Amino acid sequence: MTATLERPDGTVAAPKRPPRWWLLLGKDKMAAVAAVVLGLVLLTALAGPLLLGDAATRQDLDASLRPPSFDHGITGLLGTDILGRSVLARLVEAAGTTLSVAMPAVLFSLVVGSAIGMWAGYHGGRRENIAMRVADVILSFPSLLLAVVVLYVFTPSVANIVFILALARIPIYLRTARAEAAELKSRLFVDAARTFGTASWPTIYRHILPIAMPTLLTVATLDFCFVMLSESSLSFLGIGIQPPDVSWGLMVAQGRQFLQTAWWIAVLPGVAIVLTTVSATILAAWVRLATDPAQRWRLTLPTSKRGKRRVTTEVTA
Amino acid sequence: MTTFLRKRIVSSAIPLVVVVLGVFILARLTGNPVDLYLPLSATAEQRAAFSAEHGFDQPILVQLWDYLGQVVQLDFGESLRTGQPAAEMVLEAFPATLQLAAVTMLIAIVGAVLIGSLAAYRPNSLADRTSSFLSMTAASIPDFWFAIMGVLVFGVSLGILPTSGVTGGPEVWVLPIATLLIRPFGVLVQVVRGSMVAALSAPYVKVARGKGASEKRVVFGHALRNATMPVLTVAGDLTIGLVNGAVVVETIFGWPGIGKLMIDSILQRDFAVLQAAVLLTAVTIFLLNILIDVCYALLDARVRQAVPA
Repeated sequence: MTATLERPDGTVAAPKRPPRWWLLLGKDKMAAVAAVVLGLVLLTALAGPLLLGDAATRQDLDASLRPPSFDHGITGLLGTDILGRSVLARLVEAAGTTLSVAMPAVLFSLVVGSAIGMWAGYHGGRRENIAMRVADVILSFPSLLLAVVVLYVFTPSVANIVFILALARIPIYLRTARAEAAELKSRLFVDAARTFGTASWPTIYRHILPIAMPTLLTVATLDFCFVMLSESSLSFLGIGIQPPDVSWGLMVAQGRQFLQTAWWIAVLPGVAIVLTTVSATILAAWVRLATDPAQRWRLTLPTSKRGKRRVTTEVTA
Repeated sequence: MTTFLRKRIVSSAIPLVVVVLGVFILARLTGNPVDLYLPLSATAEQRAAFSAEHGFDQPILVQLWDYLGQVVQLDFGESLRTGQPAAEMVLEAFPATLQLAAVTMLIAIVGAVLIGSLAAYRPNSLADRTSSFLSMTAASIPDFWFAIMGVLVFGVSLGILPTSGVTGGPEVWVLPIATLLIRPFGVLVQVVRGSMVAALSAPYVKVARGKGASEKRVVFGHALRNATMPVLTVAGDLTIGLVNGAVVVETIFGWPGIGKLMIDSILQRDFAVLQAAVLLTAVTIFLLNILIDVCYALLDARVRQAVPA
């Protein structure tokens, strides 16, 4: 039942597919670099601990506060901390911790927030009102303070940090998904599904979700940054990841007291955070364009021409 | 206009109440402060007396009722740490944070409007791409790390800026404000750019140009006025988020503001001070939301007419 076009000569033209996403990514150098950086961080977090073994926890007081150099093999490349532990190995270890907090938190809030939001937007009325009020309550208070209070009550374990960060971000997806669903619910294809007797959840899943998904994914990519920054702020304040575990934020906090004697301990984890979050932001901007059928064509143009066509013709017309 | 405001006040008051109640209950769940404030050798009677004196032996609902009764009379209790009235401590700390936040948001909004408009005027020009990249980076830098780098470069290496404290000339403001500024500034530049690109290609801009208005007037008189709404919404959210930044900045720079006070009172289970600080923050955010709604109504006639149900 797919819609195909029959040409005059009898051959059937395939429906025009959008360009493959990796081809689009290749055309945008910044986004490609960002994707490679994120891929490398992920790879490091997965494979790094296997390669480096216990280097992240091995202490060597003779090697205390050694500056970055090429003289001490790969573990000494980025220097050592006060206990003589390799900063490189700890950065790799921390990449795992940071991602294992940020990714579940983003996934959890994406799934729960989108589900509630689409449900609220699809049904409207009182259900919509209640969901939006709850979102308002959560959003109207500084998330970091809420997290501090909650983590102080329930001890700062990884699971609790994930939970509170996810809870604080649910309203973002809830609002986005609600707006999409409220707009889509009166469209013809949703009406048709409803007329055929499709129940509400299958309608949401099959007809609303596919259209709302690109927007939600863009929000999620951008939110990844926010969650990562929150986790590192909490760890920095001493109520996030606890030693002997290690995260980038915690490493900055630990390096702070050696700022004058050993700058690399505090500086390098920050560089790692910035690289990851900036990459996620750039990739989010790309995803927003690439998943929007009305904007996608811009990515197929050379960089120097991109964005000019529509805007300038209208401005100068 | 008054109906609109009344409805907004009612719907903004709900979060205020929920947050205050929530923090009261959560703070009680952190445990009885007896262990923290009496020596380990304290006898059971001393502990009981301490609990009874501060009401910690009552059921949580009774404590809540007593607390609400006191708040109505503007009595916020006393600090367990210093014995000072909590309201006094909070009101002493509040101006320090307010000054930081006000100066930061002023710089952020003015700067972002100028740079964002400039970037949007010629989309995808070199200026646009540079400012986009820099603002994305600014919005993704962890503030605590930025603060430490500031201390390292300007405090330790160059020695031209003080690294903590509030006494001294205007130079004590530089690092805290730069740290607080970076994220809101980065986000706002992107928002201004986005809504200005849309506004500059709208029909009314063509009309204005066609009537021979100067470019300055087209950009700042016609386009900017219509691009203000999303900027205002985001600026409001960022101001709330500024409290997050204030906690970090005040901790690092030893700034005696409300963020540091809150963190300290959580860690020391100083409930009265924490609740007073949260209440004041929540009320401030509540007033800010009302102010933003008034601005909406003044800027956009449609908001005034269509009262949300």
